[in-house]
Amino acid sequence: MSEEFKVEIVNPEKSFLVKDDVSEVVVPAFEGEMGILKDHISIISFLKPGIIKILSKSGDENYYVEDGIVEFKNNNLSILTSTIFNLADMDKSKQQDLLKQAEEEANKTDINDQSKYLADQKVEVLKTLN
Amino acid sequence: MASLDDLKKRIASVKSTQKITKAMKMVAAAKLRRAQESAEKGRPYSEKMNNVILNLSNGISDKENAPKLLSGTGQEKTHLCVVMTSDRGLCGGFNSNIIKKAKSYFAKILDEGKELKIITVGSKGNDQLKRVYGDKIIENISFKESKNANYFDADKVGKMVIEKFDAGEFDICTIFYNRFKNVITQIPQAQQIIPLNNEGEENSSEESYEFEPDEDEILSNLLPKNISTQIFKAMLENSASEQGSRMSAMDNATRNAGEMVDKLTIEYNRSRQAAITKELIEIISGAESL
Repeated sequence: MSEEFKVEIVNPEKSFLVKDDVSEVVVPAFEGEMGILKDHISIISFLKPGIIKILSKSGDENYYVEDGIVEFKNNNLSILTSTIFNLADMDKSKQQDLLKQAEEEANKTDINDQSKYLADQKVEVLKTLN
Repeated sequence: MASLDDLKKRIASVKSTQKITKAMKMVAAAKLRRAQESAEKGRPYSEKMNNVILNLSNGISDKENAPKLLSGTGQEKTHLCVVMTSDRGLCGGFNSNIIKKAKSYFAKILDEGKELKIITVGSKGNDQLKRVYGDKIIENISFKESKNANYFDADKVGKMVIEKFDAGEFDICTIFYNRFKNVITQIPQAQQIIPLNNEGEENSSEESYEFEPDEDEILSNLLPKNISTQIFKAMLENSASEQGSRMSAMDNATRNAGEMVDKLTIEYNRSRQAAITKELIEIISGAESL
């Protein structure tokens, strides 16, 4: 039996990516990174800013996300997200832009703890990319 | 009867109007294709989002403590209506259909003695509503600068709605938009987004999910996103409807202008002929009298 399952990434504008020969996906779930293999139990979780790693026969791919929801069911992984970038397409200046935005957000004083935490996460992740 | 010169001028002016409406129709047709495409592409997201929320709300253990966005505030006193229209005119009955639908809803609410608050998205809706319901409009947003409907704009509206909800400014929120059926048919729609009602949609698969973190926390994170998603969906449908409506309106206008040109041309030729005949008669009778 093959050890592959299907992954679909959707953003509000379109279906971003569909792949059905995926062996493992690592998502930055809210309570820590989570690796998903075939026949994982059905799960719903949401994402914090981080990197989605997709490992498949046809090569590995990395995506940067800022938020989202993952749903895994019957060997179908759906990821809903509003902001996603393929790391391979992302150049330095884009990264810098995002980092600057995130830093500005993190330095705001009038935000609540959760958004502060999320903004800090963004900064951290983006810094490791550079 | 109008003089020959007048008729000539009128024919020329109708012809140039026809050219404009024809060009507008062409532009609308091109834009319609794009808008339709993005409306279709946007569907999976909102469908998936709906599915997840459905699964979650089924799995939630005690309904009493469910997030307010899902279950409502427990009263129905103040209604917030988000009326979504276009920023540009010349699109047939597009805007007035939404306004008509919204107005009948407003009348119903006011009859029941409830409070009404209105947010208008798009300047045309604001123009039409402010005469009667001017004091009820609390906010007017328009996205004239952004060419296409994008999620960022929808998120702005969504965040504003949620902010007002959290501040306790209203109990029930309804959005008004045109659902795109096909190029000639757009159906004005009233959709309640707060509290969320999943009427009749029972989830058939009774599969249990594992939640991480727990259901409540996911739900309270997800529901605000769903509001933005629903508003975004409405924006996409609206922009497709607007272009479709404009296209058929401009098509009609072009055809009417063509008919008018034909009629005027016949009238012009007739009066020209009459003038020639009159001159001939004058010459002949002049020659006879000699």
